[in-house]
Amino acid sequence: MAFLKLTFSKNKRDKLAQVLWILNWVSVVTGILLFSMGLFLKVEINKRVELMAERDIQYVPNMLIAVGLIACAINFLGGKICYDCVDTTKFLRWKLILLPYIMCTFFFTFCVLVGALMCYSMHGELEESLNLGLTEAIRFYKDTDTPGRCFLKRTVDLLQIEFKCCGNTGYKDWFQIQWISNRYLDMSKKDVLDRLRSNVQGKYLMDGQQISNNSAHFNYEHQTEELNLWMKGCRQALLEYYTHIVQSIGLTVLITWLFELSVLTGVRYLQTSLENGLRQGDLNSESDGWLLENGPDNVPPKQIPEAS
Amino acid sequence: MPFMPVKFNLQKRVKLAQGLWMIYWLSVIVGILIFSLGLFFKVELRKRSEMMDNNESHLVPNLLILVGLLAGGVSAFGGKVCHDSLDPVKFAKWKPMLKPYLLLCCGFNVLMLFTALLCFLMQFAVYLTLAEGLKNSIKFYKDTDTPGRCFMKRTLDMTQIEFRCCGNNNFRDWFEVQWISNRYLDMSNDLVKDRVLSNVEGKYLMDSVPFSCCNPGSPRPCIQHHLTNNTAHYDYDHRIEELNIWSRGCREALFAYFSSMMNSIGASSSSPSCWR
Repeated sequence: MAFLKLTFSKNKRDKLAQVLWILNWVSVVTGILLFSMGLFLKVEINKRVELMAERDIQYVPNMLIAVGLIACAINFLGGKICYDCVDTTKFLRWKLILLPYIMCTFFFTFCVLVGALMCYSMHGELEESLNLGLTEAIRFYKDTDTPGRCFLKRTVDLLQIEFKCCGNTGYKDWFQIQWISNRYLDMSKKDVLDRLRSNVQGKYLMDGQQISNNSAHFNYEHQTEELNLWMKGCRQALLEYYTHIVQSIGLTVLITWLFELSVLTGVRYLQTSLENGLRQGDLNSESDGWLLENGPDNVPPKQIPEAS
Repeated sequence: MPFMPVKFNLQKRVKLAQGLWMIYWLSVIVGILIFSLGLFFKVELRKRSEMMDNNESHLVPNLLILVGLLAGGVSAFGGKVCHDSLDPVKFAKWKPMLKPYLLLCCGFNVLMLFTALLCFLMQFAVYLTLAEGLKNSIKFYKDTDTPGRCFMKRTLDMTQIEFRCCGNNNFRDWFEVQWISNRYLDMSNDLVKDRVLSNVEGKYLMDSVPFSCCNPGSPRPCIQHHLTNNTAHYDYDHRIEELNIWSRGCREALFAYFSSMMNSIGASSSSPSCWR
């Protein structure tokens, strides 16, 4: 008993082959789309790699790029095969390759699903990576003379301008570190020295007083002032940005997976019905197509005891 | 005596008609391109119209949009005619319209060249509008409570950040205007009162610039106040300090942006009229 058996006339088979040809080409286009989205994500992550700690998040864009390329190749081949299946002589050329091709496509479709799940699971690692990375970036903000860190100030400044955010969790992160390099502090001045000595680590911390000090500025109340500084933390801003990108990519991967699944099903039906037609000896007649030859409800026929 | 006569047999005529059909369809695409370039230019002018005192001339983008649409229409019609001219029956239908159509095409080509020329010439107008507009923008920077001007501060700040520029000609333009609103000045403070009284117009002038003039690439945190006073900051000499704030003026920056846009649009709209 075959699993999900369907009967195909010659006409139906030809129509199926044509529809599959179109589906394959649509899948090639989605493969290209996936590839470019993977590339875009890779570029976006690399643009801000200075702000992310060492975590394994490069696997997501790499996987997307690989899936995109393989989708293009597999569906390109599939399109050619389906186009040729309408013609009997050409089909015979592909006969032997068809089953291995279907196995590859099945395995690949599974990979695409895994890829989609990976996209959604990236969130936790990304948050941790950003948290650590931004903490380090804020700490090394003042080190514009240390090789390897001299552009961190510029990167953080431009990040805060572009994403309209301040600090890691909020603006108070800047109160806890020294973000002015010692090169620009006049160590001969009394108040500078006082401030340095006022904390254990000898850091020049400030603005815990200036921003919270309502009398330092005219007509200013720091508790109600909302528009002066960006209130959002950069970690949240960046996380939202990347999550948005990855979610749209994940959706595209799911849609690609659906297309691949339908292509896989259609090609399997086509393959089985063409082979059955060949077995019957006449490809122009009706033949059965199925997904699995021995279905789950396959019961071996009862052995009829021979009448003695 | 006909001007530049050429002999055509049937084969050559067919090939010519086919070639012209392709060129006409390419012209339709180019027409769409010019239309979208005109639209893009119009949108950019609108985006920066506050910097130009809402006074900018939309002649060039409007002409480009018109020319783009006309090019599309004329070329599509021409393509249809060329396609039909291969069949003598269909050609007879178009025969009376051909002469006026060719005259229209000539006129249209002239219009296209004129538009391309305008793209190059109107840059002077844009320059003058920018100069006047930026001067007023800087003057109205502090008026965040005046309806119609309350977003001027934000727009000017974003422009200075985006185009990496400061002031009209340079950062010293900010020294000549009061860019802090009186609402945030403590008039009971003696220092404030002295400064306001120290000039004829009673303005609170300082040698400071807004934060948007700051260059994030500077190795030291931004110095935006007391710019000309070396003793106000440790290890600071305003004569040699280059990286602290943007040294370019916004008029120059914006003009460079618009002029490169207009030059490329002018160049790309003059080439199709050549092959028409």
